[in-house]
Amino acid sequence: MAVVETRDLTKVFKEGQLGAVNHVNLETREGEFLVFLGPSGSGKTTLLRMIAGLETPTSGEILIGGQVVNDLSPRERRIAMVFQSYALYPHLSVYKNIAFPLKAQNVKKELHKEKVEWAASLLGIGALLDRKPRELSGGERQRVALARAIVREPAVFLLDEPLSNLDAKLRASAREELERFHRRVGTTTIYVTHDQVEAMAMGDRVMVLNKGVVRQLGTPTDVYDNPADTFVATFLGSPPMNLAELGDVIVGFRPEHFRPAPTISDAAVPFRFKVENIEYLGSEWIVSGTLVGEKLEGKKVFSRLSSAQNLQLGCMYDFAVPQSYLKFFDRSSEKRVAPRVVSWH
Amino acid sequence: MALASNKIKSIGAAQSPLLGAAMFSPAVLYILLLVGGPFFLAIFYAFSDARIGNAEMHFVGLENFRSILQSPSFRVAIRNSFIFTICSQIVVTVGANILAISLEKTFRGRGLIRFLILLPWVAPIALGAIGWKWILDSIYSVITWALVAVHIYKPFSAPMWLGEPRLAIASVLLVHSWRLMPFSTVILLAGRTAIPKDIPEAAAVDGAGFWRTQLQIVIPMMRPIISVAVLFGLIFTFTDMTVVYILTAGGPFDSTQTLPSLAFALGIQGSDLAAGAAISLFLVPLLVIIAYFMLRVAHRAEVN
Repeated sequence: MAVVETRDLTKVFKEGQLGAVNHVNLETREGEFLVFLGPSGSGKTTLLRMIAGLETPTSGEILIGGQVVNDLSPRERRIAMVFQSYALYPHLSVYKNIAFPLKAQNVKKELHKEKVEWAASLLGIGALLDRKPRELSGGERQRVALARAIVREPAVFLLDEPLSNLDAKLRASAREELERFHRRVGTTTIYVTHDQVEAMAMGDRVMVLNKGVVRQLGTPTDVYDNPADTFVATFLGSPPMNLAELGDVIVGFRPEHFRPAPTISDAAVPFRFKVENIEYLGSEWIVSGTLVGEKLEGKKVFSRLSSAQNLQLGCMYDFAVPQSYLKFFDRSSEKRVAPRVVSWH
Repeated sequence: MALASNKIKSIGAAQSPLLGAAMFSPAVLYILLLVGGPFFLAIFYAFSDARIGNAEMHFVGLENFRSILQSPSFRVAIRNSFIFTICSQIVVTVGANILAISLEKTFRGRGLIRFLILLPWVAPIALGAIGWKWILDSIYSVITWALVAVHIYKPFSAPMWLGEPRLAIASVLLVHSWRLMPFSTVILLAGRTAIPKDIPEAAAVDGAGFWRTQLQIVIPMMRPIISVAVLFGLIFTFTDMTVVYILTAGGPFDSTQTLPSLAFALGIQGSDLAAGAAISLFLVPLLVIIAYFMLRVAHRAEVN
């Protein structure tokens, strides 16, 4: 029995308009860390809010622990949610913030102290219990929000972009902390983000959404190496996958597989590549330029290299992509299709 | 270049002490002439035997205070001032919270209802009070008419809303609450919209129902804004004499007299300026306390 399940879940905000979420079917696995990934407006937050009970579905069903919860209020769903802003209660101390769900669910008063201290120690905020939220740093607020979520031992955690308010440096450590936290408590977690790095790093599985439609659901390696369509192919990876239209197929290859021909020993497709821009990013180089050749003349592509010191701006080089790394998509549906022979020139 | 030199000049002008003083002086003049002047005049009169139409005046020490403290009407007036002020604030704060909660969500006709609720505030207080005087009139009252029509009272035996001391106090209280409700509601509505939507949602997910969310999260978060509304309401009610003056003129038998209305009745209508001044000075300590809290709230708002 899945912890969270959705059947044909749809949300239409304004009649006659395209749905914010369209026919989503989803089954979480026990204890997994599932990430909803998509650009803004992709419906990922709406989907999460429907699971939480903060938004009413237009049609479809939501099941938690095998029970249809469409008509249940958030409090009856045994879920915990961490908001983007953390939504701590500013007038209450950290202790009272964490104890609030216990109070709201009529847990016996004698148990509060023990449970709050357990949650606080789990997140290492035992020393902050008397403070008010405004006296805390961003990272500490996140921990309080997590403690408030864990304290009532929910069946599911819902996290709505909890890292987006943190600065870049803090974000990496907060991410690691979240992962460690999840490993320790083992509760099924749904995590919403627009950041592909977060999704790849944290997710056991990633569900890629666009315009309210599930484009792909799979492990991070799955969605990166075997994208289901051109949207997933270009949304993941930075720079995105290079796509080239050839007849009725679209051929894609990742920038890290587009390399100088001499470095490739396998069967490969050769290209003439004119270098137009070189960016040095410390551990790697991003080289962009255009292809030279009849069919793909002028096509803009990216290459990611560990070293580009011998490349010169404005010069032409022989580049190639190993055959096995080519991805094929149908041109009209943009869905992934089986590898086929195409004429490049 | 011309622009740059202009700018420098204007910065220089803003720093000149003369300009600062000139900009500041209307406010100072206003306070000195229209607030300070009458205030010191009142203190001066309160220790004298000044009467309207009599140019002679003598210093009488605390005589005025001694005599008003012994007067039963004064004690009733001070009691009424507190009853009206405190009770109306309780009614208004509870009512305005309920109104603000019900007007927060969007529904058809919300704009019209918000406008109607604001009307008592934008209409001149005298007009509103005259309207209520008719509504509560001993002969023409629509309330009495309605109660008779549904056979709760027999004709001619219905209560005299403004003619019996207890009912008159309740009536004045009602009109004060009616008058202040819109102001409070608008302030509280603004306070509500300032609370991020996440917070009540987090409370809902945490398992709180409607009442717990309101009473333990939203309303406590609005404490600063509620105190602003209450402090303003206290001042408006405590210093108001229009409502009492129009509805009951302090009657029956001085039972609805308040400090301002009694001061007006004795000092202006009764020509005893000295007694009127002495009575109105009793307003000062309370207003000073309220002003202190208002400044504290304002300061906190500035800091945050």
